[in-house]
Amino acid sequence: MTIDTTPKMSWWNRLSHPGQFVVQTRPLVLPLAVLTGVLFVIGLWYGLFSSPPEKYMGDTVRIMYVHVPTAWLSQFVYATMAVSALGTLVWRHPMADVSMKAAAPLGATFTAMALFTGSLWGRPTWGTFWEWDGRMTSTLVLLFIYLGIVALWRAFDDQLRAARVVAVFTLVGAVNIPIIKFSVDWWSTLHQPASVFRADGPTMPGEILTPLFVMFFAFTFLFITLQLAAMHTEVRRRRITTLERRAARGDAR
Amino acid sequence: MIALGAHAEFIIAAYVGVFAGLAGLIGWTVFTTRQTKRRLEELGDTRSNSSAQ
Amino acid sequence: MSGFLSVLSREIRLSLRGGGEILTLVLFFVIVGAVVPFAVGPDKALLARIAPGIVWIAAFLAMLLGLEKLFGPDRADGTLALYRLADIPLSAVVAAKVMAHWLTAALPLILASPALALLLAMDGETFWRTVLSLLLGTPALAGFGAIGAAVTVATRRGSLLAPILIAPLSVPVLIFGVGAISASGGPDQAQAAALLLAALSLMVVVLSPFAAALAIDWGED
Repeated sequence: MTIDTTPKMSWWNRLSHPGQFVVQTRPLVLPLAVLTGVLFVIGLWYGLFSSPPEKYMGDTVRIMYVHVPTAWLSQFVYATMAVSALGTLVWRHPMADVSMKAAAPLGATFTAMALFTGSLWGRPTWGTFWEWDGRMTSTLVLLFIYLGIVALWRAFDDQLRAARVVAVFTLVGAVNIPIIKFSVDWWSTLHQPASVFRADGPTMPGEILTPLFVMFFAFTFLFITLQLAAMHTEVRRRRITTLERRAARGDAR
Repeated sequence: MIALGAHAEFIIAAYVGVFAGLAGLIGWTVFTTRQTKRRLEELGDTRSNSSAQ
Repeated sequence: MSGFLSVLSREIRLSLRGGGEILTLVLFFVIVGAVVPFAVGPDKALLARIAPGIVWIAAFLAMLLGLEKLFGPDRADGTLALYRLADIPLSAVVAAKVMAHWLTAALPLILASPALALLLAMDGETFWRTVLSLLLGTPALAGFGAIGAAVTVATRRGSLLAPILIAPLSVPVLIFGVGAISASGGPDQAQAAALLLAALSLMVVVLSPFAAALAIDWGED
């Protein structure tokens, strides 16, 4: 009688091996991509053709269908990065490093898009491309933090060392973002006592909520797909570095 | 195409800008994926080839 | 505790001996403030209105200048590696360095602020509020500075990167710092801003040594 003493690997441990992670999650990419594509088609059809103009804002409400999802992602991606940073610092999970690195440029892009669509929405509604309104200002500061993190990643040669340092900075940023948000809100109300606009004015009718929801999920699934693909690329890139180093050693010998 | 009202240019600009950005993001992801795969094949990596199947 | 004090005194002695570095910093602070009137015109009313912002910007920039020498030289000559092996925790060393940084890079600026107040046509009351808000807010800048310097100490282009990383984090310090001076929101708002600034400074000063020590420790091999 033999007793099987080989340790059983939990899914968590299996995912912590980069090669295994790629094997386990690669089948997910294509279905996710297809789902994202379908959601975008439905969302665009609803958003641009099927939904009526809004009562007060008219057709400019259609900008909201791309603005709100990107603004949501600008914060959701940072949350992803902060959780991954915890994974790096607390559990030393190797895939947390990779997830953190993959998310930073994606988050920066979505934040830039949120600012872009926000200012295009602001021009017809407020009459100006840029308003030092609390929400826009804190999104701008968030963009600077994202870009700083991307720059910090690039400043290191050794990516494993970079991961831990970036994780510390990401968490410092995560603690600070609510403070920044609060201070910016305080500051903008101080300088403009009358509220310029209210985004969530009266309750939204269903024909506006439907495209908004569909686009919201389309953008979120797009982020998940891109994040997985970028993580696979990063795993491969690290493998390349290892192989190149090994090849260089072999040549020297 | 439906009429987009008085502010059509802003709506079109927003959609065009966002989808150009998304196309760029997707294109970049696909490009780096292909690039790293090609480089791995050049280096004759056995592990990732077997894991690709 | 003795380790903490010896690091503190070593840091202060080093910067006092540093060949007038403190004097250069003060000069930079005053010159940045004095250049502004050339750009916006010598209108006294306008200058008095924007003076709090100018003083804070000048202090912010001057404190960014000194960041490079916070951990850089210690890493170059190996002292930082010794600190990591020392009996006292690295966070205590970093706390001593943050305090020394504040004493040598922020306190001189506050002492020099009367010169700027005079040049920028501040009235007496505003001047005292400026001194108070600088006293309350600069510790937070020193703490954020330590985080920025620690995160970039192991990189090649650290000196340029640290200000980029810190500037967004310092937004609340600038907002509450200027808010505590200017009377645009009424005395209630200014007092609230001063209290928030003090709370922020306390939090940053307490937490930043741990974050910075973590970054230094894990940024090395």
